[in-house]
Amino acid sequence: MAELVLKSQRFRAEREADWRRLEALLAKAEGGSAARLSREELLELPVLYRSALSSLSVARSISLDQGLIDYLESLCTRAYFFVYGARSTLLARMGGFFTHDWPAAVKGLWRETLVSLAITLLGVVVAAALVAGDPDWFYAFVPSELAGGRDPSASAAFLRATLYDDHDGKSVFATFLFTHNAQVALFAFALGFALCLPTAGLMIHNGLMLGAFLALFASHGLGLEAGGWLMIHGATELFAIVLAGAAGFSIGWAVVFPGETSRMSAAAAAGRRAAVVMIGVVVMLFLAGLLEGIGRQAVRADALRWTIAAASLSLWLAYFYLPRKTP
Amino acid sequence: MSRAGAQDGPRTAGRAPQDTTREFVTPEGVDLRLRIGEAGERAAAFVIDVVILVVALIVVSIVSAGVLLASQLRGVEMAAIVWLLIAFFLRSFYFMAFEMHPRAATPGKRIMGLRVIARGGGRLTADAVFARNALRELEVFLPLSFLVSQGDGIDAWVILLGLIWSGIFLFFPLFNRDRLRVGDLVAGTMVVKAPRRKLPPDLADERPTVGVLSFTQAQVDAYGVKELHVLEEVLRRADKPTLRAVAERIRAKIGWQGEPVEDAEFLAAYYAALRGRLETRMLFGHRRRDKFDKA
Repeated sequence: MAELVLKSQRFRAEREADWRRLEALLAKAEGGSAARLSREELLELPVLYRSALSSLSVARSISLDQGLIDYLESLCTRAYFFVYGARSTLLARMGGFFTHDWPAAVKGLWRETLVSLAITLLGVVVAAALVAGDPDWFYAFVPSELAGGRDPSASAAFLRATLYDDHDGKSVFATFLFTHNAQVALFAFALGFALCLPTAGLMIHNGLMLGAFLALFASHGLGLEAGGWLMIHGATELFAIVLAGAAGFSIGWAVVFPGETSRMSAAAAAGRRAAVVMIGVVVMLFLAGLLEGIGRQAVRADALRWTIAAASLSLWLAYFYLPRKTP
Repeated sequence: MSRAGAQDGPRTAGRAPQDTTREFVTPEGVDLRLRIGEAGERAAAFVIDVVILVVALIVVSIVSAGVLLASQLRGVEMAAIVWLLIAFFLRSFYFMAFEMHPRAATPGKRIMGLRVIARGGGRLTADAVFARNALRELEVFLPLSFLVSQGDGIDAWVILLGLIWSGIFLFFPLFNRDRLRVGDLVAGTMVVKAPRRKLPPDLADERPTVGVLSFTQAQVDAYGVKELHVLEEVLRRADKPTLRAVAERIRAKIGWQGEPVEDAEFLAAYYAALRGRLETRMLFGHRRRDKFDKA
C-alpha cells in the first residue's frame, strides 16, 4: 500500500476501527432487541455514536471522499435512532397503559364521547320509531346477512329461539363479529380525519341497525329479553364503538379547529391521544367477543344477563371516569 | 403523551423546494441531512408488503385446509376461528408490529431502505405507530371498497364521487413537500431514507501509480469538487468505456504528456492528486465548488 499521503486518508485510517465496531454493534442490536447487547456493549454504543458524529463533522470539513461521507451519514443516522429514538414495543407500552394512560385518554375525550353516544342514540330512536310504525323499514336498516332470518316475517317463537338456543358455528360467528367490529371501529377512527362527518354517518348507521333489531323484537313482546341478549356483551361492545367514534371526532375536530397550534401539530397531538384510546378499544372489543362467545352461551337467564350488562357498564364507567390519583 | 426530547431534540426545517434532503440536527449539533422517502419508493415498499401479506394468508389457508383434511373435517369450527383471527391480526397488525421494532420499518420498507421516524426527531412511540397504521383504513381500504362496489344509475354516480373523494386520501402524499400520508400527518411521523451502507475502500489508497505519477499545479487546478465527485463515481463503477472516455477528456483538458498508463490507473492517480489539492485548499478555507469557481 502506498503510504497515506492525504490528511483525509490518515483521518480515516485512525478512526475506521471505531466505525466498524459501531456498525457491528448496531447490526447486532437491530437484528433483535437491545437485550442482545451485553452491558459493556450498551455502554459503549453512545460513546461510539458520539465519536462517529464528530467524525462526520470533521469528514465534512476536511475530506472530499463522497463514499466515506455517505457511509458516515448513514451510520450516524442509524446510531441516532438507536440512541435517541427509544424503542417502545407493545409489551413495554403496556406498563402504565391500563393503570393510567388509557383511562386518562378516554376521560380526556368525554365531550366527543357524549356526541358520539348522542348520535348513536339518535339512530336507535329513529330506527325504532320507524320500524314500530312500519315493519318494512327493517329491511332498509339491517343487511340480510347480519339478520340471519330475524326479520319482520319471522314468528315470535323463532325469534325467541334465536335468543336462547345454541347454534352450530356460534363461536365462529362470534370471532367473525369481533374482527368485523374491530374493523368498523378502526374505520370509524380513520374516517374522523375526513372532517368528522363520515364517522357520524357510521355511528348513526350502527345506531339504526340496533334500533331496528330492538323494535323488531319489542313488537313481539321480546324487548326485554332481546335487550339482555344484546347487552350482555353489547354494554362493552357498543361502548367501545362509541369510543372509537369519539376518537375519530377528536381528530377531525383538531383538523378543522386547530386552536392556537398549527393544523399539523394539532392533528398529530389529537392523533396520538386518539390512538391510545383506540388500542384500548381493540382490547374492549376482544373482551366483548369473549363475553358474546362464552358468556351468552353459559348464561340463559334474562335477569342475570341484565346484571352482567349493568355490572360491566358500571365497571367501565368507574374505570374511565372516577377521579384517580395521578402518579 | 410524553414528547421527551421535543425541546432539545433536532429541528426539521429543510428549505430548498424540490430538494429531498431535510435539515435534521441532533442534540449534539450535527446535521444528519436526512433524505425523505420518495413517493415511488414508498409505493414500492407498500406493494412488497401487500404481496407478503397475501402470500402469508394463502399459506395460512393452505395449512389450515391441510390440517382440516388430515383431521377429516372434525375441527372445522376451530380452524375457521384460527383463520379469521390470523387474517385479522395480519391485516391490522402486520405494519404495526414491524414498525415498533428497533428498525421501524416493514420488510418492504427495509428492502427499499426506508424507515419511519417521529417528525420532531423524538421517540417514535407505539401510539404514533398505531395511529399511522390505523389510518390505512381510510387511505387504502376506503378507496378499495368504492372500487369493488357496484351499482347502476344514481348509485354508480355516488360510487364514482366516493372514489374521487377517497382518492384524495390515497394521493395525499403527492400534495405535500414531505410526502406525508394522512397517517403520517395524524401520527406526527415521516418516512426517511436510512439505507445500510458499506464503507467503500478509499480510492486514494492501493493503486501502484498513486503518488508515482506527478501532476503540475496547473494540472490539478483544472477541476473543482463537483468534478472530483463525478470522477469518484466513475472510478467506483469501473465501467471500461466510461473510464476511457473520461480519461481522454481529462488528458486533453490538462494537456497530459507523461508516461502512457492504463486509463483506470491514470484516473486513480489523478483523483488522488486532485483530491489532495482540493482538500488542502479546503483546509485553508476555500472549497472550490466546480471548475468554473475561479478564486
